[in-house]
Amino acid sequence: MTVTAGWYMTLAAVLFGIGAIGILVRRNAVVMFMCIELMLNAVNLTFIAAGQQLHDLAGQLAVFFVLVVAAAEVVVGLAIIVAIFRNRKTASVDELHEMKG
Amino acid sequence: MADFFISHIWVVILLPALGAVFLHFFGRKIGEPWAGIIGSTMVGLSFLAGLFAAIPVLQGTSEHHVVTVFEWLSPVGANAELLWDPLSAFMVLIVTGVGFLIHVYSIGYMHGDERFARFFTYLNLFVTSMLTLVLANNFGLMFVGWEMVGLCSYLLISFYYTKPSAAAAGKKAFIVNRIGDFGFLIGLMIIFSSFGTLSYSTVLNDPGKVLGAGAATAVGLLLLIGATGKSAQLPLYVWLPDAMEGPSPVSALIHAATMVTAGVFMIARTSAIYGLSPVASGVVATIGAFTAFYAATIAMAQTDAKRILAYSTISQIGYMILGVGSAAYVAGVFHLMTHAFFKALLFLGAGAVMHGMSGNLNIFKMGGLWSKMKVTGITMAVATLAISGIPPFAGFWSKDDILGKTFERGGYYIFLWAIGLAAVALTAFYMTRWFVLIFLGKPRWDEGIHPHEAPKTMTVPLMVLAFLATFGGFINTPWKPGLEHFLEPALDHVAEAPAGGMAWLLSGISVLVALGGIFVAWRLYNRADATEERWTTTIPSLWRRMGHAYYIDDVYGTLVVAPGKLLAAFSAFVFDKRIVDGAVNGVGAVVRRVAASLRPLQTGYVRTYALTIAAGAIGLIIWFLSTGGL
Repeated sequence: MTVTAGWYMTLAAVLFGIGAIGILVRRNAVVMFMCIELMLNAVNLTFIAAGQQLHDLAGQLAVFFVLVVAAAEVVVGLAIIVAIFRNRKTASVDELHEMKG
Repeated sequence: MADFFISHIWVVILLPALGAVFLHFFGRKIGEPWAGIIGSTMVGLSFLAGLFAAIPVLQGTSEHHVVTVFEWLSPVGANAELLWDPLSAFMVLIVTGVGFLIHVYSIGYMHGDERFARFFTYLNLFVTSMLTLVLANNFGLMFVGWEMVGLCSYLLISFYYTKPSAAAAGKKAFIVNRIGDFGFLIGLMIIFSSFGTLSYSTVLNDPGKVLGAGAATAVGLLLLIGATGKSAQLPLYVWLPDAMEGPSPVSALIHAATMVTAGVFMIARTSAIYGLSPVASGVVATIGAFTAFYAATIAMAQTDAKRILAYSTISQIGYMILGVGSAAYVAGVFHLMTHAFFKALLFLGAGAVMHGMSGNLNIFKMGGLWSKMKVTGITMAVATLAISGIPPFAGFWSKDDILGKTFERGGYYIFLWAIGLAAVALTAFYMTRWFVLIFLGKPRWDEGIHPHEAPKTMTVPLMVLAFLATFGGFINTPWKPGLEHFLEPALDHVAEAPAGGMAWLLSGISVLVALGGIFVAWRLYNRADATEERWTTTIPSLWRRMGHAYYIDDVYGTLVVAPGKLLAAFSAFVFDKRIVDGAVNGVGAVVRRVAASLRPLQTGYVRTYALTIAAGAIGLIIWFLSTGGL
């Protein structure tokens, strides 16, 4: 049994679905953050798989961009979460609804 | 040398303009009396420059020069072009000559005023404006001068702007003039649309080729509306009596040399157009004759020394308008000159009297000033005889010229002549009344007033003007019509003067009528008990109406001012508040209401947003799949 691109795509879809559901059901900001990372990497996986399948390096190239942006996002995002936690002693996003209309 | 001044004729305008600019910035610093001396010098130099440039014109060797200073609005034919011909030369000499004397007089009159320098700034600007008006070679530049004259009159009439009546008088002069300017401007638009240019060189050079009789009548009547505003004729004269709220030299300048002569000058300048339309010139003559009579009746019943003179100016300008309306353009302009002399003299004399009487202007509280103010008294006697039309004083020659030529036109104009003749009697009456009540009889002053003669800077201009008011008429007598020959090239074909026995008869009638007016006034007022009892008992209601100028101000107040204020109030409190503000507030309210209904969508819960995004993404995917691509 060979592992074809379809397997990778399926795996990526599953990982993406787990991440998306995680975002919707969890309230802890750090966990939601990890779910976002999961979704990003699921997409990365599709890029790699498609690149391999189509013999095109552009797929891998896109992954590097995503990794760099994700790294930057982690830096900023975690800093914000830590700052909020210090001030409020909580990281629950439901407590943070000051901006509601 | 004369050629130099003709080709640089703009110097005449530039000198007083420089004076105004300099005094505006440095006047306060150099203070009294230097500001006045500089202001007077500038106008004096301007007079000399004009005189030099006028020499070839006076000798008759040179008639018509156009000097282009710079290009301004060339597409409409309104460049900064000056016209130097007999008419403009004549006007320049009157404006700067009389203006100079008034400047010198003002040095004495405005002594001690804290805004001494500012006064001379305005006077210089006034002379600049008037010179622009008379020297322009197109209607565009003339209109600039026309409007600047209006502005200067506003500044000077409301010179004592802390006094509410002076501020109101300034506003009144400006607004009434605006009404006239409106007609004037429409007239200019018709001229431009017919000729395609505003330049005199095209428009006034045989306009009959372009303008039909109807168009010429329309233009003539519209320009006349402008003239009635600027020259204070029926029905727009109401600003002039109030204009004496300004200092006396301002009244002298407005009444004699600058402002009010603009309308007469303008009609004489556009004589080629009025020559095309007997209707328009007939209306001009009618307005002139009726104004001459109407204002004279009002002047009879006034008690304020300057107010009498103000109505007298309206009446005398009426004669000029009658003259130019009867195609007696030279006679009208001639009267403009003699009137400039004796009316400037009268106002400066009134200023000297006011100066000596500590500001009192009620002629029933004067009397017996002859012995206290010799120079003023004698010069005022000359002025009174001149304005009454007694030979050989200047006013006789010009007034007689106008009336004679009006009569000679025949038909309807004989009726206008009769009205003018009646006004001669009234003029002689009210001026004699004015003179007798001020200078003769017993003193009727209030306690504590010590009348005294004015200083030299005030009396010397009086003497010069008295000299001119005596002999100025000899430049144009029936035997030697010098001015007639001089001005003829600049004007349309001119009305005929009566000849032979008719001329003597008409002159005799008008002198007799004038003497009659003087005699009646002399008998009535040169007595110990100078009162108005005779009038207030025989014709009480008419006399009261005359004293209040027939309540025309009230009528205008009800018919024009009140509706105007109502309209303004409607615009401000109904139209602006309800409709303009309503539209603005309405837009704001709609936006706010829509926003309020959409606001709950922003819940503040991250998962709502995430779910929305996910739902949107799924929706998009379904759509792509069902339609098979983008």
